[in-house]
Amino acid sequence: MDFDPFVLARIQFATNISFHILFPAISVGLGWILLFFRMRFTQTGDKAWEYAYQFWVKIFALTFAMGVVSGITMSFQFGTNWPGFMEKAGNVAGPLLGYEVLSAFFLEASFLGIMLFGKDRVSNRMHLTSSFLVAFGTTLSAFWILSLNSWMQTPTGYYLEDGVVMVDSWMEVIFNPSFPYRFFHMLIACMLTSAFVVAGVSAWRALRNVDGPATWKVMKTGVMMAAVLAPVQILVGDLHGINTLEHQPAKIAAMEAVWETEKGAPFTIFALPDEKTKTNRYAIEVPYAASLILTHDPNGEVKGLEEFEGVHPPVAIVFWSFRVMLAVGGLMVLVAWWAAWQLRGKNTATKPLLYALSIMTFSGWVAVLAGWYVTEIGRQPWIVSGVLKVQDVVADHSSATLAGTLFGYILLYAFLLASYIGAIRHLSGKPAASLSLTAIGKPNTINKEG
Amino acid sequence: MEYWLPIIYMGIMGLALLIYVILDGYDLGVGMLVPFAEEDEKDMMIASIGPFWDANETWIVLGVGVLLIAFPIAHGIILTSLYLPVTIMLMGLILRGVAFDLRVKAGDHRRGLWNKAFFAGSLIASLAQGWMLGAYITGLQDSTTSLLFSALIALTLPALYLILGCGWLLMKTDGDLRNKAINWGRKAIWPMGLGLFMVSIATPIVSASIAEKWFTFPNALYLMPIPLVCVLCFGAIVRVLYKPSVLINGYSWLIYASTVLICLMASLGLAYSIFPDIIIGDLTIWESASSVKSLQFTLVGVVITLPVILIYTFFVYRIFHGKATALSYE
Repeated sequence: MDFDPFVLARIQFATNISFHILFPAISVGLGWILLFFRMRFTQTGDKAWEYAYQFWVKIFALTFAMGVVSGITMSFQFGTNWPGFMEKAGNVAGPLLGYEVLSAFFLEASFLGIMLFGKDRVSNRMHLTSSFLVAFGTTLSAFWILSLNSWMQTPTGYYLEDGVVMVDSWMEVIFNPSFPYRFFHMLIACMLTSAFVVAGVSAWRALRNVDGPATWKVMKTGVMMAAVLAPVQILVGDLHGINTLEHQPAKIAAMEAVWETEKGAPFTIFALPDEKTKTNRYAIEVPYAASLILTHDPNGEVKGLEEFEGVHPPVAIVFWSFRVMLAVGGLMVLVAWWAAWQLRGKNTATKPLLYALSIMTFSGWVAVLAGWYVTEIGRQPWIVSGVLKVQDVVADHSSATLAGTLFGYILLYAFLLASYIGAIRHLSGKPAASLSLTAIGKPNTINKEG
Repeated sequence: MEYWLPIIYMGIMGLALLIYVILDGYDLGVGMLVPFAEEDEKDMMIASIGPFWDANETWIVLGVGVLLIAFPIAHGIILTSLYLPVTIMLMGLILRGVAFDLRVKAGDHRRGLWNKAFFAGSLIASLAQGWMLGAYITGLQDSTTSLLFSALIALTLPALYLILGCGWLLMKTDGDLRNKAINWGRKAIWPMGLGLFMVSIATPIVSASIAEKWFTFPNALYLMPIPLVCVLCFGAIVRVLYKPSVLINGYSWLIYASTVLICLMASLGLAYSIFPDIIIGDLTIWESASSVKSLQFTLVGVVITLPVILIYTFFVYRIFHGKATALSYE
């Protein structure tokens, strides 16, 4: 088979960014959860919160490290694979990425050292502050990167000079029309992902009777977060969708596989969208539902793909990714409410619930990836909507080079993902107290002469 | 503004990369030394860099970030031509970074594997960085001389990192491990010295423009302090390595500090050699700079955050000051 270097470059970018997003999706939320554990311990003096912190800070450290190293790849990739993007849109992308590094990366990386290893070297207040700064840093980093991503989706505040993007207004660039929706949608997604990780691992620990009350406290924290946030996410997602309809109608048309502009468009639950015949095969539809969801009017108009001939994204993958995201989101609401109902006021749960929570541990990953595929593939063929096409910015590498490095990345990532999940499994079987001294180094190596 | 902004950014980028070399250099150096230590010493060595490595690594992200922010065209050209070494370096850094955690979290039966990954990642990243530097200095050419020169720096930079690593261990450890660090230092210092010497000879040979800049009167006179300081620092390192009583009597910082001074001189020399080009013989910093408005907008952030970053970096180093102890989350 002969591979197109352009397709390979896109697959490589997708592989790198898909792998990377898994870890911030957990650490952005887990940072705040850890701060909550620390504060509860400071307030109540209950040892269970201390155990909760001790156990989860280890998983946080591991997750954070995975996120950092996979993120470095991203910062180089713009140059190695998409030099045209920086040449044409560097005036926007550069400063936003720069602010992310300056305001967030150093902050989180520096105070992480104190948060992880400095507890006996600084005051409790300083340690709490460090934990706060780490959580704040991860969130601030999400702010900048989502601002840039949103600008690529809905660019404002710029003008073109010889094909190069020049900035008119930084406020309009940073707070572009889709940014608030995408930022909150993603933040809540991170919170939900970490809530399900926390609840799922705790359910697994509860099934093995590890750490008693601490495990149940953590599980409840995760479950309550999920029970509140999962429905909020549906609402925010709905608003995000309406915003997309206004600014990127071609993406919506692909998400819903609407081929012809119509009023009172149905919501298609299942179909095999066929780009050749421009029809949906085996469609199962709910009449008027798409118009109702998107325009809040059963007879509202939804633009069809026919209006974006040649400049609309591939339909089937966007359509299906969207449905996967919706399905996982729905499942999250059900499981979270079921768990919240069972766990109210007590520390017991039925086995089916504990198994269900365990199975849902990484459900957030599926939803996050599916959601990003919708929004990123849904932006195609543009890299900056309406301004710059992906195919015009790609670097000129041979298929062999790209295929070779892609193969290397996939092997490395598969190995790391297995190791990451394996390590969480390994740690989960152990009580927090037994892990307290195994951060790095053993107690018997403490300063031999001192 | 149009004249000065690119120069200011060139300075910031150089500073970020210099800080990267002297900080992550010792991490990578320690990483390459890990296989030569006993089991409990491995833990102590990694404990000595544990609280810092993550922030140290961020400096290369800033360095590349400034290249991207201020010189987007050069960013594209440089990283596209360095595609393979960059990819290999990234894989090395990924392995090294995750090994920190996984060697103690994946279970005892996996510890040996992750110790090896830690070593391999550090070595691969160091070699690749050396290669990238070499390719950059020769103007990203594909000629045989350019490849040989890249290979030379690919071997010299890890040796320099080893000395930084030894210098770090001398400050942060004592007892047997410190004695070992002195021995490692004695082995690494000669390849480093030879490498730096050969690089100094080879650079003006592979680049005519650099030769012209260095060997004309009176410039050559003004530039004399650079090689002179390097020779003095090198002499100081050799001297204390072979007379360790000096080190033990409160001068344990001497090797690290001397190596930092060598790095500083080398980067000043490099900056002088290439200025005002950003891609030697091809593109000047002004030709590849971003719009003034974008540079101004980011400069505000740099001016506010960079001093703050330096202050809290200093603060973190002070908290973990002194000999390393086993790291625990307690």
